[in-house]
Amino acid sequence: MPGPAPDERMRPKGRRNTQGIRVDPEAEVTHEPRQAVLSALVKHRPGVLSEVSALFSRRQFNIESLTVGPTVDDDTARMTILIEEPEPGIDQAKKQLRKLVPVVSVRELEGEAVRRELALVKVSGEKPDDVNAVADMYNGQAVDASTDSVTVEITGSKQKIDAAIEAFKQFDVQEIVRTGAAALERGPKTLEKDV
Amino acid sequence: MSERASVPKEEETEPETEQEPVTTGAQSVIRALENAGTDYVFGVQGGAIMPVYDALYDSDINHVTMAHEQGASHAADAYGVVTGDPGVCFATSGPGATNLVTGIADANMDSDPVIALTGQVPTEFVGNDAFQETDTVGITQPITKESYFAADSDTVGDNVSEAFALADAGRQGPTLVDLPKDVTQGDTEVEPGSPETPETYDVPEEADDENVQEAADALAEAERPVILSGGGVIKADASSALREFAKEYEIPVITTMPGIGSFPEDHELSLEWAGMHGTGYANMAISNTDCMLAIGTRFDDRLTGGVDSFAPDAEVIHVDIDPAEISKNVYADYPLIGDAREVLRQLFDAMPRSPDADEWRDQCQTWKDEYPMDYDTPDDEPLKPQYVVEKFSEMTPDDTIVCTGVGQHQMWASQFWEYTEPRTWVSSHGLGTMGYGVPAAIGAKLAAPDQEVVCFDGDGSFLMTVQGLSVAVREQLDITYVVLNNEAVGMVRQWQDGFYEGRRMASEYPWIPQFDKLAEAFGARGFTLESYDNVEETIQEAREYDGPSVIDAHIDPGENVFPMVPSGGDNGQFALNEDHLDMI
Repeated sequence: MPGPAPDERMRPKGRRNTQGIRVDPEAEVTHEPRQAVLSALVKHRPGVLSEVSALFSRRQFNIESLTVGPTVDDDTARMTILIEEPEPGIDQAKKQLRKLVPVVSVRELEGEAVRRELALVKVSGEKPDDVNAVADMYNGQAVDASTDSVTVEITGSKQKIDAAIEAFKQFDVQEIVRTGAAALERGPKTLEKDV
Repeated sequence: MSERASVPKEEETEPETEQEPVTTGAQSVIRALENAGTDYVFGVQGGAIMPVYDALYDSDINHVTMAHEQGASHAADAYGVVTGDPGVCFATSGPGATNLVTGIADANMDSDPVIALTGQVPTEFVGNDAFQETDTVGITQPITKESYFAADSDTVGDNVSEAFALADAGRQGPTLVDLPKDVTQGDTEVEPGSPETPETYDVPEEADDENVQEAADALAEAERPVILSGGGVIKADASSALREFAKEYEIPVITTMPGIGSFPEDHELSLEWAGMHGTGYANMAISNTDCMLAIGTRFDDRLTGGVDSFAPDAEVIHVDIDPAEISKNVYADYPLIGDAREVLRQLFDAMPRSPDADEWRDQCQTWKDEYPMDYDTPDDEPLKPQYVVEKFSEMTPDDTIVCTGVGQHQMWASQFWEYTEPRTWVSSHGLGTMGYGVPAAIGAKLAAPDQEVVCFDGDGSFLMTVQGLSVAVREQLDITYVVLNNEAVGMVRQWQDGFYEGRRMASEYPWIPQFDKLAEAFGARGFTLESYDNVEETIQEAREYDGPSVIDAHIDPGENVFPMVPSGGDNGQFALNEDHLDMI
């Protein structure tokens, strides 16, 4: 066949990055990951959680935590999903979530949204007073005690809980359970009213 | 074609004014399909789906028994592609349902409307690992728009109605309803509601006017504009709107592979299709355009090559009905979310003028001259596959439907057949399913009985679903199967030669059967083609035979598919031959 060989052909000047965004041909441009809090209202029915979590695993979104629970409306549940992705990934995660049939609405919550996580920490019961003192430092409280163990409840940001768990390590931590973040927008805005 | 052999069919009477009320869940399922206008169901019987089949006995819906459930889902898929309406397939629980999975995944990748209804063990056994139980909803959820588990005889009809509406709404795709046996056997008097999509499913129609104006202005300003027309154009019945638009504003049109037929390939503005094995001129235009109007395409990697080198100078106007496709793979400077036909009309009205692109069109013509779709045909060489495709194309009407399997033959069938009409190209694109061709041709022929149907297949691909020939014979479907036989899974062998130092591990098939004799064994007509002498005559004879025929075309086993953009490569750097592969 005729026609110029590959290296002799007309060449464009431009370039895109790996996310398909046109960039300065001279510059190295990538989008750095950031953390996003997505809040979704979903139909409260069997299989929804698996549908949502399957979406995240299939598309390889880097999920930090996912919590789900009922709302004031019996037919609806609310999910809080923390992901860490570059900007195009966050955008794609929102759009893919919206596509799912049982998903009613999705929004990314702003940075100052109220975010809380709960942890229960079971430690050795040998020094209950010391355990209480540490719990106080983190606004936690003992919710169960026996001769051998004390279980403390801590609520707060991920960082606060990380720090608390670190502090409890001195008491021989036996078990930990954490919920992942639940979050709500500050102010009067709600997912139901303003989507 | 209906299968009620043992009981004589009742005399045709006056059209019934009132339907019999439903009494079981299964009847409600069938009523929902009737209400939605279903003509054909492709399926295979089985234990858990039996109540549904029993209800089908009294229906006017035609059932086509397939030889394998995979064929049922492919036939339904092709039926959906050709008619534009959802194709329906049935399978029983367990292995029946899992055999459908390939076809459902295929339909999902190509946005083809398919409804799969699967039997399931009775609800009391669900979760107990009962005989022929699988978690069908769990398996199919990631490859459908939605998979429903029908939990109640009173609502099962509504589940099917909703699945039907959802498969067809917005961006088309497959849906599934899993039907536990007790639910379909159970009593109910509840008639299914009319097909409606779920309330949470929003379909945008028109794009925002302001966005349309900005996009139109950008396109009018362009010096090197192209239109990239995807499969979504065909699905939105927007081919004529596209033709009007492109001709009015004189913008060269490239299609994606699923978009083949959306714009006539014999028109001077057509650059045919781009991508890994697309034309050299389409790929040169893609590489060098400064403004691309992309419609109904998801920028698959076989089209884009590496995204960093995809249309790197171009501002992208992306029209799509699915917001999640916007900026998924290629960033859209002008996203227009809406139905392709509506948005094309909006754009048509918003264009301030034609782009000033005489020079660009000349350049595109130069590329057409420089990189023609061509192949060598010396008389002493074995038969070239391209010649067979080209001859067949010349001999048949414009509305002939071409189905294919997946492999080298698929590429030759798309490169060397001249497509001018939408819904005449039926192939497995996104999933690349070998074995798609045989059952797809069955679905296509039943969808368009007045149109000629030809299926190009490869020897490897044909063998995967060859049992479907029995169905074509039983239904006496006038389909011409052409096996471009090179005794290999040729595309794999081509890659092994190009990228694995010629180590042809498991890609050569010197043990395949004689396909002409196999065809005869099934009750079809068989032909063999070995040289240039009788190509036209054989094609003509096969076309004239009133029923399925198979041409076993022994082609040059050394022939490879070019042009080629290596996986992840730069579209402008396509190879025209093996030597070029070393350069890029």
